Amino acid sequence: MTETLPMAGAPANVNAVGLTKNDYRGFPSTLCQGCGHNSISNQIIAAMYEMSVLPESVIKFSGIGCSSKSPTYFMNRSFGFNSLHGRMPSIATGALFGDTRMKGIGVSGDGDTASIGMGQFKHVMRRNVNLVYIIENNGVYGLTKGQFSATAEKGLQLKKQGENPYMPVDICMEGLISNATFVARSFAGNPKQVKELLKAAFAHKGIAVLDIISPCVTFNNQENAYHSYAWGKDHEEPLHEISYIAPRSEIMLEQEMMEGEIREVDMHDGSTVILKNLEKGYDPTNRYQALHALEEAQQNNWLLTGLIYVNTHKPSLTDIYNLVDTPLNRLTDAELRPDRAMIDKVNELMF
Amino acid sequence: MNKIVNDFSITVGTKNGSGSSTANNTILRAIFKMGIPVSGKNLFPSNIQGLPTWYTIRVNRDGFIARQEKSDIVIAINPDSFAKDLASVTPGGAFFYADDIKQPIERVDIAIYPMPIKSIVKNDPNVPSDFRELVGNMVYVGVLAQMIAMDLETVKAALTFHFKGKQKPIDMNFNAVRAGAEWAAANLEKKDPYQLEAMDKTEGLIMADGNTAAAIGSIFGGIQFAAWYPITPASSLAESLNDFLPILRKRDDGKHTYAVVQAEDELAALGMTVGAGWSGLRAMTSTSGPGLSLMTEFAGLAYYAEVPVVVWDVQRIGPSTGLPTRTSQGDLTFTAFIGHGDSHSVILLPGDVYECFEFGWKSFDIAERLQTPVFVLSDLDMGMNQWMSKPFQYPDIPMDRGKILWEKDVEELKGNWGRYRDVDGDAIPYRTIPGSTHPLGSYFTRGTGHDENARYTEDSETYVRNMERLARKQQTAKQYVPAPILRETKGATIGILAYGSTENAILEAQDKLDREHGIKSDFMRLRAIPFTKEVDAFIEKHDQIFVVEMNRDGQMQQILYTEYPQFATRFRSVAYQDGLPAAAKWVREGILAKYESVGGKKPNAKKTVAKAKAAPAGKAAVKKSAGRTK
Repeated sequence: MTETLPMAGAPANVNAVGLTKNDYRGFPSTLCQGCGHNSISNQIIAAMYEMSVLPESVIKFSGIGCSSKSPTYFMNRSFGFNSLHGRMPSIATGALFGDTRMKGIGVSGDGDTASIGMGQFKHVMRRNVNLVYIIENNGVYGLTKGQFSATAEKGLQLKKQGENPYMPVDICMEGLISNATFVARSFAGNPKQVKELLKAAFAHKGIAVLDIISPCVTFNNQENAYHSYAWGKDHEEPLHEISYIAPRSEIMLEQEMMEGEIREVDMHDGSTVILKNLEKGYDPTNRYQALHALEEAQQNNWLLTGLIYVNTHKPSLTDIYNLVDTPLNRLTDAELRPDRAMIDKVNELMF
Repeated sequence: MNKIVNDFSITVGTKNGSGSSTANNTILRAIFKMGIPVSGKNLFPSNIQGLPTWYTIRVNRDGFIARQEKSDIVIAINPDSFAKDLASVTPGGAFFYADDIKQPIERVDIAIYPMPIKSIVKNDPNVPSDFRELVGNMVYVGVLAQMIAMDLETVKAALTFHFKGKQKPIDMNFNAVRAGAEWAAANLEKKDPYQLEAMDKTEGLIMADGNTAAAIGSIFGGIQFAAWYPITPASSLAESLNDFLPILRKRDDGKHTYAVVQAEDELAALGMTVGAGWSGLRAMTSTSGPGLSLMTEFAGLAYYAEVPVVVWDVQRIGPSTGLPTRTSQGDLTFTAFIGHGDSHSVILLPGDVYECFEFGWKSFDIAERLQTPVFVLSDLDMGMNQWMSKPFQYPDIPMDRGKILWEKDVEELKGNWGRYRDVDGDAIPYRTIPGSTHPLGSYFTRGTGHDENARYTEDSETYVRNMERLARKQQTAKQYVPAPILRETKGATIGILAYGSTENAILEAQDKLDREHGIKSDFMRLRAIPFTKEVDAFIEKHDQIFVVEMNRDGQMQQILYTEYPQFATRFRSVAYQDGLPAAAKWVREGILAKYESVGGKKPNAKKTVAKAKAAPAGKAAVKKSAGRTK
């Protein structure tokens, strides 16, 4: 809407809700220099700023681990809850009932999600909680100094740990199987794609799983390791170039991209995600094709990135509950406590 | 033959899953409707179908309705427990049995009544063959009704209630009741002394179970969010929310002011509840011991991050899976110190079905006022059995939402507020609620070390300051938790401290101790932890304090030891647990075993011996409980 656009003469760095990028920053990171997680925090800041999201309309969630510290490093004006190891999904599920106008951004890690939190991860998928669920995936436990995580590839060698004897968990595959309505993978070394996927995920209504390979520069960045910068750069296999188009400004796209290679996904809030196919015919709304693509990538040792699956037609958890329009946490006592007459009715219902 | 009117116990032995609970509840309700004080306890196995199950009913004109460890009337329907059921009848009692059970009956000291249940049901053409077992249960209701003078009109009222006024099942079942009664009138001769006579002692009372009462109480407390995971004996609490919320919080627009989520496990159940409590909702979960074990980590987080939630623990026996369908007060110390690190919990202890209702709404006020988890410890006996109760009363005070800052408050403070600052000196800070649109209204919640402004810190002094404040908050809690109930007796020489569902057993034991042993007692029923000043006074006043509870180790006594070390020698533990609802017998015997006479005056030994003779089983039990309660 025109009235939310920056006024003529306003500083160029102010977005549609009158905020500068600084208004989206957090405290300085205490993670290692060069950590992929910092780059992801920066892309969250950029994406939220560019989308003109009010920080007060976002709740940040996390579990425990390096990744889970990062909500402190972006969007200081948002509420946040750094909860328990592997338990972010349940905290978010309950908290997002308070005021359903709010959107959750959750940051988890591979240990937090694929090991200790696997159960809650799967269930938050099937409930379609209105949450961007980011997994900063580095295959290693950082805060406890470098143990294998459940996403570490079989045969990975780590100092002190020796060789990983187990098969890895594929987070995107788990998300898909659990009926997640938005599944994407990216690589922290590809910030533009990370940002566009974040925007698409934020515009999605319901759960959006974003598995971001985020190398650990301290414990797991050997050139041959799946979760390293070098390996990621060499093996990344993007499905498409992705662009997020904000609501009501779907103008210039067709000029930029060629017909036939383009897939548009209309998001619930009126925005559009444009996918320029690199692989011919890939359709991210086709769950069968998505499963196939993930399986194929695994067989061929590709780091498949992009929007793997999206379904914009499923109601979110709070939609299912048919709640009143007023946020639940602003209801008055009179709306919550039944009338005095109801006590007689209740007693009559007893024997 | 002497008549014994309105003072006896009935036990029905059936098979689990055979539909007998409808019949047994019908007997209970019919007696209640006759105005006679009555209680019913379902002693059931952890099983869906086939294992033996018992239902005991206590009828007592004086209102002593704790479970009795004897059965004056036994109804045996289950061949598998037939021999045991037969042996359990008190001498001079009555034994009703289904006559298709062909097992020897060698007792001659009791009245024996065979009942042709199968042939009576078969002869009714209106009963479809697959309903015969269910309806057959109603035949024993009818036979019993005829033999103890239970009013058939009140039986009909009970059935009408049970089948929610649906005429077809009411008629089918009531016809079986009448057929049983008519058959008994024509074929059985009364040979036992037990009889009912209508009274007016239940007028104005209702019958309900504690889980239903807790759910209804929570709804009158304005519950907005519940997450739960199925577990015996707590499931029916959450299910009752689903039953009653649509009725009591119905709106014209058909929309909901609440959400009930069945979680994937108890970790998630409390996790969701903490999330909802944090975002400003009146949030609750309900579980039992094994579930509470799983909730421990979130309980610690809620305590440290100061998130208001209500957790109902409908206790069953542990450790581990324990006896899933048996009652207990075994989760007390676990709950009192739940979680790693230093913590202490605010605990409410309802003592009857009415208090399940009352604490249902009060618990939210207390949790939000104190910004801490409030645990409500009910138990299987209260939670799942039908109790007589005074009618539920509308909350007498407005809702207390505690210290919350919305946008205008933050604006007035010019943003100068801190989530964990103790502004008022009561150790309770102010909180804001997600959704607040003030740019300075938000804060970051964490289970890690934090300062007054909720910022991460590992600073030792800040840590100590925060933990000391939390300890002071527990002192503040004393102003808000329910005070104990004190029942004083003139000339009392001992004190009894107890809590929860043992009250009926204690009142009866007190009466017996007074009449048969000359021991007068004051009784204080604790209703909360932390202990209030009334508890201090009670302990200061009594030299001998018997702490009665249903667990092995005397858990309340352990807590009393640490809270009142200067009076430690005054406490005498009467702790016993076998999974069955409290009975006056073990309370009385437990007290006698540890009673020290004042000034050399002994309890009336003669009467004790006489009593022991009359009930031979009692003597063994004296030894047993004495051994257990050292």
